[in-house]
Amino acid sequence: MEKNKSLVDRLNAVNEYEQEPIPGNKLKGWRNFLGTYAGEHTAGTEFVIGPLFVAHGASAIDLVTGLLLGNILAVLSWAFLTAKIAVKTRVTLYYLLEKIAGKKFTLIYNLVNAGLFCFLAGSMIAVAATAVGIPFDMAMPQLTDVLPNSLGWVVTVFVVGAITTLIAMFGFDQVSKFAMVAAPWMIMIFIAAALAVLPRLGVTEVSSFWSVAESTIWTGVPLEGQSKFGFWHILFFAWFCNMAMHIGMADLSLLRYAKKWQQGFSSATGVFLGHFIAWIASGILYSLFLIESKGSLTFAPGPIAYSAVGVAGAICVVIAGWTTANPTLYRAGLAIQSINPKWKTWKVTLFVGLFTTIAACFPALVMRLLEFVALYGLILMPVGAVIFIDVYMLERVGLKANYAEFKGISLNWAVALTWIITLSLCLLLNLVFGIEIFFLGLPGWFIAVLVYLVASKMNQKK
Amino acid sequence: MKLLLKIISFIGLGLSIVPAILVFGGHMEPDTCKNLMFLGTVLWFLTSPSWMIKRGVAKEE
Repeated sequence: MEKNKSLVDRLNAVNEYEQEPIPGNKLKGWRNFLGTYAGEHTAGTEFVIGPLFVAHGASAIDLVTGLLLGNILAVLSWAFLTAKIAVKTRVTLYYLLEKIAGKKFTLIYNLVNAGLFCFLAGSMIAVAATAVGIPFDMAMPQLTDVLPNSLGWVVTVFVVGAITTLIAMFGFDQVSKFAMVAAPWMIMIFIAAALAVLPRLGVTEVSSFWSVAESTIWTGVPLEGQSKFGFWHILFFAWFCNMAMHIGMADLSLLRYAKKWQQGFSSATGVFLGHFIAWIASGILYSLFLIESKGSLTFAPGPIAYSAVGVAGAICVVIAGWTTANPTLYRAGLAIQSINPKWKTWKVTLFVGLFTTIAACFPALVMRLLEFVALYGLILMPVGAVIFIDVYMLERVGLKANYAEFKGISLNWAVALTWIITLSLCLLLNLVFGIEIFFLGLPGWFIAVLVYLVASKMNQKK
Repeated sequence: MKLLLKIISFIGLGLSIVPAILVFGGHMEPDTCKNLMFLGTVLWFLTSPSWMIKRGVAKEE
């Protein structure tokens, strides 16, 4: 009972500044952000994204240069867009959005976010299931699979999903602490796994790595049925895979605790450990698997990590998948609960967990993770563009910022139109002009900015 | 006690990476590396929560 009380107290303490700016004495230093970003961006997704670059035929030079530049652009976005606004406003994305767009729009945004969270959590449950299934000799999913390939797969996914959901219902606090403990170890396992298999790829000294990387690991030839990825794909993917967090402004919630905007640069620890070293490491592991299995289309991070470094590798896949799925599931539950705060959190999480677990049974969720991550960022990006313009530009052009709050309305049509028109035009660019989803974020942002300015002008004049 | 736990944790973390470096250099067999990495994993997860989580909570306060 006492323990429950302290948990409730702590959760209340966390929520204390949801509806008001962070007070000066609660601000956090560099170390806090460096650690948080490093831990958050070395996750279960890394076991999938690195191998998918190999499957999509990225060449070694395209991969390294694309990742370097894309990650630098991501860090600059975090620092110059998100952190600057976070330090200026010191409130969460949701609070700011409510002031700009109104309560109804924030509710819709929350629901869309919840749906996307469910699919992300589902893919991580599937990743963890590939490791859990190893002792049972479970048939692993194939790169081209869309539907579940065996009863064993469905049962394993349901077991992992049920455990993840139960923990999200009762023990989120402990999971977040566990994730903090696991983070440094996971980074070590990623690096160790890649190092340990290099001799099997023919790399016996550092100087021979690059030639093997070009000729054997990232050959530039996509697997059967996979599209070809070049430099620009990799650059834009690295830049936009966390678009929802930086350009989309979701990380306002985190960076509002920063003492100064320059702390946004601490995101470099996350992207260069998780989105550079871990992607390269998992790509090396998958490449070895392809060679040793003679081009098998099986795509299962669990057995691949197990083959590289044994039980520690399999545990790493389970923990990485689980620690990503769990908070994501919890957040999805909270977002859905915002429809009706009277609903019990555990009941909502149970429902969300069931939906997520059913989704996780479909291997397509993992196999198309690159497209899903790009879509996730794209869908949430227009809201970030709206916030950027509202904070920096509207008053300069003689319009009211925080219009929903100013007028006391629950839906600012300028924001809703910006979201709808931007995503419709992005869809048009994709369908009519054939621009791939990975590249839509950049033109989409400028479209959103323009539409919001015009729509605000018309809306506020009226 | 806390210092001892920290030392064991870092030995565990070291066992999670150093054997792989030795395999890369040709100084260790992959099977030995796998066993040592598992041992490192066990050591890390047995000892690090006691000082990492406490420190995290203290920081929040």
